[in-house]
Order: sequence, then C-alpha cells, then structure tokens
Amino acid sequence: MAVAGGVKWRGVAAKCLVFLLALVPLALLVGDILNANLGPDPGQVITEALGIAAFQLLLATLAITPLKKITGWNGWLRYRRMLGLFAFFYAVLHVLAFLQLLLGWMDLWATFTRRPYIIAGAGAFLLMMPLAVTSTRAMMKRAGPWWKPLHRLIYLSAVLAWVHFLWQARSDITEMVVYGVILAALLLARAFWFGAGSLVPLKKA
Amino acid sequence: MFIKQRPTWSIPESEVTPESVYLNRRKFMAGAIASAAALSVPGLLRAEDTRPGATLDYRAAPEFSTDEKMASYDAITTYNNFYEFGTAKGDPSRYASEMSVDPWTVEVEGECANPGKYALEDLLKPHQYQERIYRLRCVEAWSMVIPWVGVPLAEVIKRLEPTNDAKFVYFETLHNPEQMRGQRSLFSTVDWPYREGLRMDEAMNELSFLAVGLYGKTLPNQNGAPVRLVVPWKYGFKSIKSIVRIRFMKEQPKSSWEMIAPNEYGFYANVNPDVDHPRWSQKMERRLPSGVFRPNWIETRKFNGYGDQVAGLYKGMDLARYY
Repeated sequence: MAVAGGVKWRGVAAKCLVFLLALVPLALLVGDILNANLGPDPGQVITEALGIAAFQLLLATLAITPLKKITGWNGWLRYRRMLGLFAFFYAVLHVLAFLQLLLGWMDLWATFTRRPYIIAGAGAFLLMMPLAVTSTRAMMKRAGPWWKPLHRLIYLSAVLAWVHFLWQARSDITEMVVYGVILAALLLARAFWFGAGSLVPLKKA
Repeated sequence: MFIKQRPTWSIPESEVTPESVYLNRRKFMAGAIASAAALSVPGLLRAEDTRPGATLDYRAAPEFSTDEKMASYDAITTYNNFYEFGTAKGDPSRYASEMSVDPWTVEVEGECANPGKYALEDLLKPHQYQERIYRLRCVEAWSMVIPWVGVPLAEVIKRLEPTNDAKFVYFETLHNPEQMRGQRSLFSTVDWPYREGLRMDEAMNELSFLAVGLYGKTLPNQNGAPVRLVVPWKYGFKSIKSIVRIRFMKEQPKSSWEMIAPNEYGFYANVNPDVDHPRWSQKMERRLPSGVFRPNWIETRKFNGYGDQVAGLYKGMDLARYY
C-alpha cells in the first residue's frame, strides 16, 4: 500500500511539473509585458511567441507515441492529453492576440479569404477544436471506435501549422527547416512503425 | 596591548558618505527620475549624451521634415530589418557590433566622370549635414518617424558627374560573412551582397537622402552605419544600408528583393495603399511604437505622403504593374 501510494504521488508530482513547464512560455511573456520588455511592436512579439508555443506543444504531443515506442515505457501516455490541451490553449491565445493586438479586428473578410498563410493557420486551429472538445474521458467513451480516427486530425493540423509558419518567411527559412525536420521525423516514425495508413484521419482501422 | 573596542552601532569613518557626495547622489536620483519620466514619453528627449556614436554638426531642414511624433531612439535602434545580421527584429542590435565601419570605402563605378575608391569622409566632406525627419514605411505594414542626419543624394551624385548614359544608380551593401552572421546562414534566400537601385530621376529627387546619423549622432551599426540611403516614399527595403558600392548604369539593375520574389517585390516599391502585397494588405500601417493591447493603426498614404514631391516622377505609369 505504502509503495503504491508513493508511486501515485510521484505521478501526481510529475504531472504538476509538466503542467508548470507548459505554462513557462506564458509566464515569460507576462513578465515581459509587465516589464515593458517587448520593444516597439509588442503585439507582433506576443502573437509570434504564442504561436510558436502552440506549435512546440503540438510537436511535444506528437512525440509521446515515439517516446513510448523507443523507451518501452507506457507512462508517457499520461501526459499526452495535457500537452495537447496546452497546445490548444496557446493556439486560442495566439488567435485572440492576432485578432486583437495585430489586426485590431479590421479587414477580417479579406484576411481570412485572401491570405494563404492565414487560411493555413486558421485550418490548423479549426482542426484542433474537435480534438479539444472530445478530449474528456466521457467524450472518449461516447466517441468509441471513432475517437482514434478523429484524433488523427492532429497530423493534418500540425502540417498546416508548419505551412502557416513557412509561408510567413520573407527570406531566411532556417527556423522553418528545423521545425519541419522534427515534424517530418515524428510523422515518418509513425508511418514506419504502423504503416502510412495510420496517418490518415477519419478512417476507421 | 591596546585594543580599541568599537561599539556595534558605530561605523568606520571610511563608510561615512561625505555631504557633497550625498548631495550629488540626490541630484543623480532626481536626474534618473526625470530621465525615466522622459523615456516614458518617446521622442521627448533628443540627443542624450549616453547614446553611442559621435555628435554630428548639422542644420535642421524643416522644409523636408514632418512634425509627427518621432519614434524613440531606443525603438529605432532595437527594431530593425537588416538580414545581414539575422531575420529577427532584435538580431541587428545584438550582432551588428561585429561589423567594423572605420575605415570605410565606397567604390564608385560605371557611367560617370569621377569613378574610384572614395574614403567615406572624402565622399561626404564638401557637404553640410542636415537633419530631416522622415516617415519610414516598411513593406511589412509598420512605420516609424525618424530624425536622420545626412546629405541630399543629388549633391553627392552631381560631384561624381554621371554621363548622359547613366539612367540608373545601383547600390550594394557590404558583403563580409565574417562580420555579418546572417550572410553565413545556410537557409537564406538572399543572394549576397544586398543590392538596390533607383532610376536616375528618383535618385536626383530632392527627397533622396544619404544618411550618416540619427538623433544627431552617427548611425548605430544596426541602422546601416556608416552610410545608408533613405528614400522615404518607397518601402523601407529600398533604403539600402552600409553602402560600399555606387554604380551608374544604362540598364535597370535588379534589386535583391526582386531577385528573391519578383511577384511580391518590384523595382519601384513605391508605398501604395492600392496595391496589396500578395500576403497582406498595404492599406493601413502600424505606427510604432505601438501599445500592448491596442495596435496603433493609421491609414497608409500613397507615396507615404510625399506625393507632392514625387508623384510627377511616375506620370503615365501604371503603378499596379510597376509596383
């Protein structure tokens, strides 16, 4: 009993630690806002930082299965939902920051119909919504056999998020290449282990 | 043995602050509070002594200046596009000190009577510096108001005596990967050196300016030291920095951004709210510094508001085609 209790507490502590780590980008940003440390165009800096945090957490979510496969430890799965929800949390803040701090809610129609990088980003965000909504245990039960095929939408969302990032490049694409290599490795590892079909969303196995 | 015991509350003479120092400290604090207050109102303080660079001798040129609120020295020198030092806005102020700007030589070549290698001082010496407060509109839809110090480009060009065949002026930025880390990047799409060009009549327009300073002092490296172009009616990327070559040409040269993405950036690059960038609108601009929670949007003006001086240059031209 005592041992099991110790393991349980360690699990809770680890979850708390991951929770706090996921809040670090937001804490840094809030600190910079309070210290007026963001330069002459704070809206741009805030929006970019939130977008990058969302994308990094999306990649972290995608890294769980490969980590499980490589280390043989199933415990990684305990953090996946939290990481995915944090990715969505930062994506929501990113979209709100874009609308309020950068766009000022102007020119919405043209922005969302005529700017390819915005369309890609909006697509990535929209695809995350059903995943966030169906992330609870109750919804998992209700979705039943459809839950897994539905949640494979995350691959498409991640690719769109990367395209959204790439299409903003003006000349140097070093950062985009680095993230692209990581994303490609995570997706190719899945295709290698489970077959290319495992990447196709909304298709029941 | 004689040991002097000191009560615990006493402090040695060496630790007592002399009255004069104490009073100076109060004065210092008052000064610090005043300058902190001044800094919170951007553009209030001009040419403060703590700024790096040499103080320049110049006259004001109000006929070429706007009275719009200037961006602070801090904003102008920490928010830069100078891809030779990296693509993030903060990269140039972080890394531009790796560039050495003294001595500086400008090579003049092509269709002119006085080609040659000029030490920067010799190129500029005969001219009196003036201060012009210009709007700078970046193609990325933000803008700043900046007090430049420099000389009209036309004055310098006249001394170089271009021939009748000189229809265009071409400029090049320093190419030195050892000092410019952005030029060492593996995934840059810029074919270094950075190049720009103007039509001869554009270069001779009274607004075209060669800047050597801002806020009364020599340019910080990140702003294009020691000499840069300022063409305020065109998008910022036309205002090429750290110039090492001026060439008079018969043919229209290709600019760097035209080479990278000709569908997005043209040779003329005149500020024009009616012609959108393919990836974003050019109707409005964020005038910086902008607040955190409300973007400081203003309407973009054709030719960046300098139409009176330059619209004549483009009479009869389809500016949607020659963007």
